[in-house]
Amino acid sequence: MSEQAIALLVQLGLLLLLAPFITGFSKTCKARLQTRRGPGLLQSYRDLHKLLRKGMVIPDTASWIFPATPYVLFVTTLLAGLMIPTVSAQAPLSWAGGVLAVVYLLALGRFFLALAGLDAGSSFGGLGSSREMTIAAIAEPALMLAVFTVALGAGSTNLSTVAEFALGQSWRFLAPSQMLAFAALFIVLIAETGRIPVDNPATHLELTMIHEAMILEYSGPYLALIEWSASIKQLVLMTLLVNVFFPFGLSTDWSALPLASSFALFVVKLLLLAGVVVLVETTNAKLRLFRVPELLAVAFVLSALALISMFIF
Amino acid sequence: MNPAFIAGAYFGGLIAYAAGAISCAFCQKTPTLARFLGFGLALAGAALEATAAVGVLLTGVESHWTIPSGVPLVTYSLRLDPLSAYFGLVLAILAAAVSIYSIGYTSNLRNGTSAGFLGFFYNLLLLCLTFVFTAANVLFFLIAWELMVVAAYFLVVTEHEKDESRRSGLLYIFMSRGGTGLLFVGFLLLISAAGSMEFSALRGIGDRLPAHLGIAAFLLLFFGFGVKAGMIPLHIWLPAAHPVAPSNVSALMSGIVIKTGIYGMARVLFDFYGALPPWAGMLVLLVGVVSALLGVLYALMEHDLKRLLAYHSIENIGIILMGFGSALLFRSFGHPRLAALALVAGLFHTLNHGLFKCLLFLGAGSVLHATHTRNMEEMGGLIRRMPSTALYFLIGAIAISGLPPLNGFVSEWLTYQALLAGFGATSTLTRVAFPVAGALLALTAALAAACFVKAFGITFLALPRSGEAARAREVFVSMRAGMAILAAFCILLGLGATWFLPLFDSITERALGVRASVDLVAGNGFLLSAGMARGGTVSTAAIAIFLVVLGTVPALLWLLWGRRGARRTGPSWDCGLPGLTAANEFTATAFSKPLRMIFAALFRPRREIQAEFDVSPYYPKAIRFESEIQPAFEKHFYDPLREGILRLAVRMRGIQAGSVHAYLAYIFVTLILLLLFAVRG
Repeated sequence: MSEQAIALLVQLGLLLLLAPFITGFSKTCKARLQTRRGPGLLQSYRDLHKLLRKGMVIPDTASWIFPATPYVLFVTTLLAGLMIPTVSAQAPLSWAGGVLAVVYLLALGRFFLALAGLDAGSSFGGLGSSREMTIAAIAEPALMLAVFTVALGAGSTNLSTVAEFALGQSWRFLAPSQMLAFAALFIVLIAETGRIPVDNPATHLELTMIHEAMILEYSGPYLALIEWSASIKQLVLMTLLVNVFFPFGLSTDWSALPLASSFALFVVKLLLLAGVVVLVETTNAKLRLFRVPELLAVAFVLSALALISMFIF
Repeated sequence: MNPAFIAGAYFGGLIAYAAGAISCAFCQKTPTLARFLGFGLALAGAALEATAAVGVLLTGVESHWTIPSGVPLVTYSLRLDPLSAYFGLVLAILAAAVSIYSIGYTSNLRNGTSAGFLGFFYNLLLLCLTFVFTAANVLFFLIAWELMVVAAYFLVVTEHEKDESRRSGLLYIFMSRGGTGLLFVGFLLLISAAGSMEFSALRGIGDRLPAHLGIAAFLLLFFGFGVKAGMIPLHIWLPAAHPVAPSNVSALMSGIVIKTGIYGMARVLFDFYGALPPWAGMLVLLVGVVSALLGVLYALMEHDLKRLLAYHSIENIGIILMGFGSALLFRSFGHPRLAALALVAGLFHTLNHGLFKCLLFLGAGSVLHATHTRNMEEMGGLIRRMPSTALYFLIGAIAISGLPPLNGFVSEWLTYQALLAGFGATSTLTRVAFPVAGALLALTAALAAACFVKAFGITFLALPRSGEAARAREVFVSMRAGMAILAAFCILLGLGATWFLPLFDSITERALGVRASVDLVAGNGFLLSAGMARGGTVSTAAIAIFLVVLGTVPALLWLLWGRRGARRTGPSWDCGLPGLTAANEFTATAFSKPLRMIFAALFRPRREIQAEFDVSPYYPKAIRFESEIQPAFEKHFYDPLREGILRLAVRMRGIQAGSVHAYLAYIFVTLILLLLFAVRG
C-alpha cells in the first residue's frame, strides 16, 4: 500500500477511536469538577457498543430521510476529519478540499440532521431543527472570518498548507490577530459542539434542548452513528483549533517515529483544550436562547478585530 | 465547427421559436395540439440554440450577421460572441428542461387559461430572450428588451382574473419601464462618444468618455440593468411578479429572465468599460452583499413556497454580483488573473443558479399542481405521495444551499477564493472588505441552508397538514422528466465542474486577456484550484467518491455489531397525548421564529394572538394567531416615492387643460426649443 493509503487508514482509525475518548474525558472531567465520580473514561465506547447491539424504533411518520440521515452525518463528518491535519501536517485528503470543504461538509450533515428532526413529525424535532439551524447560521460568519484570518496568513485555504505555515512560525500564536482569532473560534467551537452556555448535551428538558431535540426519535444503531458523529465533529473542530494555532511537534510526514511523538503531543493538546471547554461549561450557566446571538456577535467582533489587527501588524 | 453550421443552428432555433409562437396562436381551439406544437418546437429551438452556443464557446470564434432594417441607425445586428453564446447556452438548457415540463404542466390548466395563449407568449419570450443575448445594436437590443418585458408581462398576468396577478403585473411593468429609461440615457451617453449604435463600436468606449460622463453612464446602466436583475433596493417587483405567474414561467423568469440584467452588466462592465475606478467595483460588491443577505433573510420569513424561491433569486443575484464586483476591483488594481477567477465565479453561479432555481420552481409548480396551494403551512408529508418530485426538490435544495458536492458549492467556493485573494490584491484598507464580504457570504449560505431545511421539511416531510396535501398525487412523466434533467445538470456540473470551466476561457480572454481554466483546473482535470501557487484546491468529484467509499465504515459496523430484524416502527413521542396529529407539527412560521426575533430590528415583526376559552384561560377552545413583518423597502422608500409622484401628478394636472389648442401650443413651443437646442449644438 502506498503511503497515501496508509495515512488515510491511520487517520480514519484515529478519528473513529479517539473521538469517543475525548467525549468520555470531557464527561469525567466535568463530573470531577462537580465533585461527582463520573462515568469513567471508557463509558462512551461502552455506550456505542451497547447502542449498536440494540434494536430500534422508527417513527411511523418518517420517510427515507430519517434512516438516511445517520449515514450522511457519519460519512460527511468523517470526510471532513480526513481533510484536517491531525498527527501529521499532511492531512490525507487535504488536496480534496480545504477548510471551506470542511465547513460545508459539516453543514451538509447538519442539513440532513435538521431535516430528520422535522421528519418525525413531533414538535420537539422541529424545535431542535429550527434552533440548530439558527445558531449554526449566526455562528457561521464568525467561524469563517476567523478561519479566513488564519488562511490569509498562510495564503491558502488548504489546511495542510496552513498547518505547515504555522509550523514554520511556532510562536505566531502570540500575534494579536492569532489570539483574537483563536478566541473567536473557541466560542464557535462551544456553539457548534452544543456545549454550555449555548446548549446542554446532558439535558432532555423540552424548552432547553437543541441538538438532543433533533435526535429525540433516534434509537439503537442509528443513535450510535449520530452520537459517534457528534464526537467526531467535536474532535475535528478541536483539532482545527489546536493544530492551526499550536502546531508544535506536528510531524511533517507519515514516517513512524515522529508520528508517535506527534500523536502524544496531539492528545495532550486536545485534552488541555477539552479541559478548558469543561471549565467553561462548569463555571457558566446556560444562556437563554436569545442571548446566544450576543455571544456569537462577540465572536464575530473578535474575528473582525483579528482581521484588522492582521492588516495593521 | 464551421461558421455555416453555427449560423444554421442559430437561425434554425430562432425559426423554431417563431414557429412555436405562430402555431400556438393558430391552435387556440385545440389545446392538445397547441401544447405539443408549442412546447415541442420550443424544445427543438432550445436544442438548436444550445448547439450554436456550444460551437461558439468551444471554438472561440464569434459569428456576426447584419440585416439592414431600412430605418436609419437601426440594423438588425446579431452577434454570437463568447459572452452572448454563454448566456444563450444557459437559456437553451433551461428552456429545454422547462419546455419538456410544460408539455405535462399545461395539460390541465385551471382558471380557463388556454395552452395556446401560454404557448404563444412562452415562445415569444424565448425568442426575445435569444435576441436580447445576441443583439449587437443598441436600438435593436432595446427593442428586444422591451418586447421581452411585454411577453413576460402577459405571462405574469396569465391568471388575470385575480387581483394579485394584475397588481403584480402592473408593478413589474412599471419597474421595468423605469429601468429601461435609465438604460436609454446610459446608452445614449455611450453612443454620443462612439458615434455608432453597434456594440462592436462601443467596445472600451467607457474609457474614452469624459470622466464624469463615464461615471454617469456606468451608474445609469448598472442600476438600469439592476432593476431587471432584481438587486436590492430595486427588487420589490420580483417577489410580487414571479410567484403569480404559472410555475413553468416562474421558473424561466427566475432562472433566466432576471439574468438578462446580469448579461447587461457583464456586457457593460467587461466589454464597454475597460477600466473603472475602484469605488465602482466596491459599489457592485456592496450591492451584492446587501442583496444576498437581505434576500435570504426575507426568504426565511416567507411561507408562500414560490415567494420564498423568488426571494432566493435576489440572494443569488447578490452572490453573482459579489463575483462581478471583485472582478472589477481586481481589474482596477491590475490583477487580470484574479479578475478572471472572480468573473468565472460570477458567471458560473449565473448558470448554477439558473439550474437549481428552475428546478426548485418546477418542483414548487408540481406541488402547487398537486395540492392547489402555495402556502407551505397547508402542505406536509408529500415525500410519500410524490417521491420523485421530493427527491428532485431535495437535490435543488442542497445545490442552492451551496453544499458539496453539487454545483452551488463549486461556484460559491470560487467566490470565496476570489474574495480571499482580494486581501492580497491591494495594500489599502479596501482589502479588509474582501474577507468581511466572505464572512457575510458564509452567513448568507448558512441562512439559505436553514431556509431550505424549512422549505423542504415543512413541505415534504412529516404528516400532511391539509386534505389537499393528503390527497396529492405524483405529477405527470413529462413534468418529472423536466425536473430530472435539471437535477442531473446540478449533479454533473457539481462533480464535473473542472471539465466545464474551459468553456469560460474565450469569455475571460476577450474581457480580460486571460484564459481562466489554465489557473483554475489542476491535477489532470480532477482538481479545482484557486489559481495561486499554494492556493486552495478542492475536488468535488473526490468528495463524492469518498462519501460513497466511507459509507463502507458504517456498513462494516453494522455487519460487526448490528443484529438483523431488530427494527420496528412505532409512533413518535407524543408526550402522553392521544397520538400526534398534523396540528402538533412544527410550522414554517415557528421554524423561522428564532431568526425573526434575532433580526427583529430589520423585520419589525408584529403579532396578534386571540384565545377563546370557556372556563379557564389554560384550556382555550380556539386560538387565532396572526404574524407579519414590515416590508422595509416598500414602507420607507417606495411608499414615499409613490406619494411624491402622486402629489406631482396633481400639480401637473394644472397644465393638462384638456384643450387641443393648449396641447398644440405645447408641441409648438417644445419644437422651437428643440430646434434652438440643435442649432446651438
